[in-house]
Amino acid sequence: MSIAADTVAWLVDPAHWSGVDGVPHRLGEHVAVTGVSVALACLIALPIAFLLGHLGRGGSVVVNLSNASRAVPTFGLLILLAVTPIGFGNRAAVVALTLFAIPPLLTNAYIGVRDVDPEVREAARGMGMTGRQLLRRVEVPLALPLVAAGLRTASVQVVATATLAAYVGGGGLGRLIADGFGRGDPAMTAAGGVLVAVLALIVELALALLQRRLTPGQDARRKRAKRISSATVAAPQA
Amino acid sequence: MPLPLAVDEVPNPWLSWAYLHDNSDAILAATGQHVTLTVVSVALGLLLSMPLALLARRFRRLETAILGITGLIYTIPSLALFAVLAPITGLTAKTVVIGLTGYTLLVLVRNVLAGLAGVPAEVVEAARGMGVGPARLLLRVELPLALPVILAGVRVATVSTVALVTVGAVVSNGGLGQLIFEGFNNNFYRAEILTATLLCVLLAAVADLLLLGLERLLTPWARRSAL
Repeated sequence: MSIAADTVAWLVDPAHWSGVDGVPHRLGEHVAVTGVSVALACLIALPIAFLLGHLGRGGSVVVNLSNASRAVPTFGLLILLAVTPIGFGNRAAVVALTLFAIPPLLTNAYIGVRDVDPEVREAARGMGMTGRQLLRRVEVPLALPLVAAGLRTASVQVVATATLAAYVGGGGLGRLIADGFGRGDPAMTAAGGVLVAVLALIVELALALLQRRLTPGQDARRKRAKRISSATVAAPQA
Repeated sequence: MPLPLAVDEVPNPWLSWAYLHDNSDAILAATGQHVTLTVVSVALGLLLSMPLALLARRFRRLETAILGITGLIYTIPSLALFAVLAPITGLTAKTVVIGLTGYTLLVLVRNVLAGLAGVPAEVVEAARGMGVGPARLLLRVELPLALPVILAGVRVATVSTVALVTVGAVVSNGGLGQLIFEGFNNNFYRAEILTATLLCVLLAAVADLLLLGLERLLTPWARRSAL
């Protein structure tokens, strides 16, 4: 049998869909670890980003942090954290994944708030808004499309990195890949890979839809964005 | 509960001169493999991106398809991609290079397109007026002017690739990632793990600076106009 047929056979075998090693349990772990990490990263990154964006300070630090983070191998950092007192397992994975999710959230939210039209800001001030009101009622709502873009990048990245966590004793779908390699079971390895890829694509699509919903005047804006994107260097995802 | 480390009783320093000294051959070999995997993947990626970008520019319909497909590849986690490729291409460098080349495409195609779109229309027009043919126009006028944006893409692709090579350790071809993995499996040998990770970051920084230097060298006019 070819490897493709083997992989399909593995995926449809009911024995692989129950128990601790079953796909639903591993998928649940993967989603839980991802969700908790992204939520924690939001709690840490967004308030800082909003405040810095509101004050218009620390831009170079924020942007450099996110550029530098691209050069750090997630695999190395994950394993480094595992040999500190943090140890390994799902809890350690959450710590590492939260760290990885912070840069894209921070950068996007910061730029979103910082780049609010100064005239809009002035109008709000003219209406007598305090700094706090300005941030909550004007700047953050206007930054939402970019916040959603950061959420999308961070989430897809965390889904990917959570897979690696299996190599430091974490659960999730990465276990299927790691165990497949370990047991010399190519069908299991490939099945794990397919499942992770599908999960990443679903997360990407779902959050892309959310991003679109949060972006007002999508049609007019898209036409304009298309013209702009062909003239500027597109910012790549981490 | 963090598991107690098996090696807490014996010293397990983060950095160790003895480790560097005794394993310099292995470290050099791993660094060499890391550089080779990165260079081959980015070079292949650039070789593929050029025709893809030119096709996308020529046929608007293909632009959506090409950017969509390269974006799709980009979304697939590296470990998942290696896991799907490994049963076909085995635990070889080929598996890693195919995957990493795939990841460079999105950034490179986007930047080649953006670079070409940024060439001033007057310049193209003037060249045409001087009787320059389409091939010469591309090679002698458009690509040189697009070079800074293209090289910016190459820099981003290279830095990301250096970091991603480490994941190749799962198919036994991860360059410095191999040492990271080995250190982990070898009683959590901290010196090996940290040294390899730091070398990886250093490699990314050096590659970025070298490419920046190359950009300056290849586009002397950009510097002059900036003055």
